[in-house]
Amino acid sequence: MRKHWLYIITLSTLAGCFLAAGLPRSGAAASGPAPAGAIVKGTVKFQGAVPKPTHIDMSADPKCVQARPGGGMTQDIEADAKGNLQNVIVYVSQGLPGDSKFDQPQESAEIEQKGCTYQPHVVAVRANQELKVVNADNTTHNIHPMPNNNRELNQSQAPGAPLSITFAREEIAIPVRCNIHPWMRSYIAVFKNPYFAVTGKDGSFEIPNLPPGSYTITAWHEKLGTSFQKITIGESETKTIEFVFKAAPGS
Amino acid sequence: MMTRSRVALGLLLSCSLPSFAQESKIGNLAGDAKSGKALYRRYCVTCHGQHGDGAGENAPHLDPKPRDFTKATFKCRSTPSGSLPTDTDLYDTISRGIYNSNMPPWRPLTKQERADLVAFIKTFSTRFQEEPPVAPLSIPAEPPTSPESVQRGAQLFQDMNCWSCHGKEGRGNGPSARTLTDSKGYPILPADLTAGMHFKCGNTSQAVFRDLVTGLDGTPMPSFTDSLKPEQVWDVVHYIESLQSGGLKQHGLLQLLKGE
Repeated sequence: MRKHWLYIITLSTLAGCFLAAGLPRSGAAASGPAPAGAIVKGTVKFQGAVPKPTHIDMSADPKCVQARPGGGMTQDIEADAKGNLQNVIVYVSQGLPGDSKFDQPQESAEIEQKGCTYQPHVVAVRANQELKVVNADNTTHNIHPMPNNNRELNQSQAPGAPLSITFAREEIAIPVRCNIHPWMRSYIAVFKNPYFAVTGKDGSFEIPNLPPGSYTITAWHEKLGTSFQKITIGESETKTIEFVFKAAPGS
Repeated sequence: MMTRSRVALGLLLSCSLPSFAQESKIGNLAGDAKSGKALYRRYCVTCHGQHGDGAGENAPHLDPKPRDFTKATFKCRSTPSGSLPTDTDLYDTISRGIYNSNMPPWRPLTKQERADLVAFIKTFSTRFQEEPPVAPLSIPAEPPTSPESVQRGAQLFQDMNCWSCHGKEGRGNGPSARTLTDSKGYPILPADLTAGMHFKCGNTSQAVFRDLVTGLDGTPMPSFTDSLKPEQVWDVVHYIESLQSGGLKQHGLLQLLKGE
């Protein structure tokens, strides 16, 4: 019984540990007046010849072929002609005071199953933030996140059926599969703090509202691994950094 | 020296006791983790490992692999996907064994011993202390099976993409079947639904209903709570039962399924 109380106290302390911040493409919106904080922004580049995506044969499910005639393309390394690398999670991995408190985000994030692929391919959410799972296809999917540090669930989702999921603990990043359509892959990153971003098509990211301090900024890519940089940033300062991922030798 | 280290060990053990003060409750049975530990070391450790991580000395030779209790992810539950099992769920799995795996039914152990094992298994994951217990999903009374129910179930089997893994005829040979892995990356086969009512989590109609609504966590089998209404789940159960040898004839459905 005493344990339960401890649990409740721990939970409520944790729940109190979230503060506001606005983020690009992360689903966590600004809530409340945040002081004009520092900004870390920049781009993530891929150096070398961008591997050609592989064609996905979706003929196992005719409804997928209907939705995406000709099949799909793998999304594991998506970079444009200039080498701007998409779907990289950039986040503050070290330097935040251990007792930082953050508000729980009110807005939900969203991941969509459309044309038998996940959109976005990489999604980042806050711990306990609602992640809406949308099935825009005319076929049944099953969303199956396979976490290391969170509870594992596996839900079938008929066309249009509503579904929301949450993850309680930080984890970068949880691989997601649809077992019905084994080519469908996605990643969900879960953060305790609001200081993260996912690079868009132009490889850019922006982490706003940072308190001044010294931080380690880490970039994570599903295939290319991680890379980090140490920065020191003053109040209301804007720092631009660049990450470069190289093609693995022999690829 | 010896004595001192023993005393130290004793102290250490007694300090860590509270975290092991795990219990289980199955009906009127109260399980005790301390007794369960001794039983575990006698009967379970060779497969499930000293640390409960499924890495016992037999594990490399087994397929499917022994359960990793440290993740607290269990196939056979009465609770929603992603939830902890109830004590009774774990007790039932120990008693029933898992068909088509190396987990035998442990009925030779007394009920008390099985309850003690449940209590001990729960000590391998802190989730059992952190997360409040979740209520089992309800299983409504089974409506009588009928050709109409089986036919509706057959349609749902198509619509819900069950065939992707289990095959158009339920033989476990769907287009995705060969791609499947469990959550640890080991290959796993979808059930051949025509091979008799031998399922991992029990063979009654209620057990099959439960598999469909809870999903088998840690495997590609999802929960259908968000996709199907309870009466539709019963239709799918009736369809699966009709796939057993003689089942089709029994329901007069052979022609129906041939599409005529």
